[in-house]
Amino acid sequence: MRYLPLTPSDRAAMLEKIGADSVDNLFCDVPAAARLGGNISGLPNHQSEIEVERFISALAAKNIHAGSCPSFLGAGAYHHHIPASVDQLLLRGEFLTSYTPYQPEVSQGTLQYLFEFQTQVALLTGMEIANASMYDGATAAAEAVMMANRITRRRRAVISGNLHPHYLAVIQTMADLTGFELQIAVPAPGTDENFSIDEATPCVVVQNPDFFGRLHDFSALAETCQKNGALLIVVVTEIISLGLLKSPGEMGADIVVAEGQSLGNGLNFGGPYVGLFTCKEKYVRQMPGRLCGETVDTDGRRGFVLTLSTREQHIRREKATSNICTNSGLCALAFTIHLSLLGEKGLTDLAELNHAMACNLADALAKIPGCKILNNTFFNEFVIELPKPAAPVVDELAKFPILAGVPVSRFYPDNVALKNLLLVAATELTTDKDIAILSAALAEACA
Amino acid sequence: MSELRYTKDHEWARIENDITICGISDYAQNALGDVVYVELPDAGRIVKAGEQIAIVESSKVASDVYAPMDGIITAVNDTLSSNPGLVNEAPTGQGWFLKIKFSDAAQYAALMDEKSYTDYTKGLHE
Repeated sequence: MRYLPLTPSDRAAMLEKIGADSVDNLFCDVPAAARLGGNISGLPNHQSEIEVERFISALAAKNIHAGSCPSFLGAGAYHHHIPASVDQLLLRGEFLTSYTPYQPEVSQGTLQYLFEFQTQVALLTGMEIANASMYDGATAAAEAVMMANRITRRRRAVISGNLHPHYLAVIQTMADLTGFELQIAVPAPGTDENFSIDEATPCVVVQNPDFFGRLHDFSALAETCQKNGALLIVVVTEIISLGLLKSPGEMGADIVVAEGQSLGNGLNFGGPYVGLFTCKEKYVRQMPGRLCGETVDTDGRRGFVLTLSTREQHIRREKATSNICTNSGLCALAFTIHLSLLGEKGLTDLAELNHAMACNLADALAKIPGCKILNNTFFNEFVIELPKPAAPVVDELAKFPILAGVPVSRFYPDNVALKNLLLVAATELTTDKDIAILSAALAEACA
Repeated sequence: MSELRYTKDHEWARIENDITICGISDYAQNALGDVVYVELPDAGRIVKAGEQIAIVESSKVASDVYAPMDGIITAVNDTLSSNPGLVNEAPTGQGWFLKIKFSDAAQYAALMDEKSYTDYTKGLHE
């Protein structure tokens, strides 16, 4: 069915009113040589809705998606259960169609959930203040580095080698385009890094759990940063880990950025996701993005408004803290609904379940001859070393189909030392049967 | 202390010995409306006349403040962080921004006096 708001008689009436014979006649002022004069070559005729659906479904069926088979994919995007109530609430018209709530008098619902979102994010990360969200974890990380550059007036950020390579790539893009330097460590799965921090260092960027799944306490690093006038930026790509782990705020982080996809948001083929951004309150004027605040109206009743907007582009123009002019509103709402449904205990239970399934997975994989677990600590994801290159093994297992995890070589194609490493994740959706299937197939592939 | 002199960017300056004290003009505070935040530099910074040294924010706009003279910043008005409204109440008094130990007194002499500045601001409305 085509959606055409005007009937043929509507069109005829409009054409008659303006004195044109046909729609084509409206373009008679465009020289004939510049007009197409027929169909666009190579573009097929329009198809019916049924035909389009059939075509797209066949295309989609070529994918092996995480819900269709045993999946151990992670590396910054995690397959979690989303309660049906999350989607149902998201579909409410007030939420689904909401946009930037500049007018508080008509946007109290949107503003209130953003305020709740900020509160949840601040509590989770252990930080003083959180904004109304960024595009995703990687762009939030790049914004964090630029914020540290502004605060410290320094230009050479120190980046952990165990930061997610996609996050590094986005930071690198911003560094290249806006002109700051990076001091990037080499990836070192399973090791504690030593960073060289000096008076040119605006910040140190680290991840917990790191890209290879290992857990860290950055308290000592936070102190070293402080002594050197640098900021500690902690990145979290699996937000559910904070249901169990010591928060970056407790470690003394100055800025914490995270990917919020794991709560309420599907894998979505890599996006849209929702970036979380938090910092110490003293840095709020340098924070990017929208910020929602609680206030009272003229009658003294509690209400919510966007606040501290003078940081933002629509007011401060080229001197704004960032060129982000929006937030991931709907994804942030999904995050908030899911976390509200879980509650504090529910989140801890969910985190424990994730860790327990990952322990089961590690126990099973450790028994495979030639396979070695590299992590001495992990939350729901870790690295195993296979006796052969991981990428062909993953391709082989995809034929079953089993999504066996992410070969580390995919991110570091030139690093020979990493080519046998496989990053595997478990979540509450992982079953004992999934683990048994993977173990058997992997044992065979490695034999 | 010397008389007030003004820049085209609406900063005022007066000098005492080799120190200039500066802030934003009554005209500027009136145009901004209620000042809610003032971001001041660190003392010790070396500045050039015309260099951005501070930011003043009202509820609707943020404006840069520029150094009226070359020199080194010797003091900033920390009370503005807790009481930015002083910029509205007493822009050329308690609402001062910072002090600069200047190197070239001729820069002060080249600034507009009260009458020239008043004429200048009148011209901005026409």
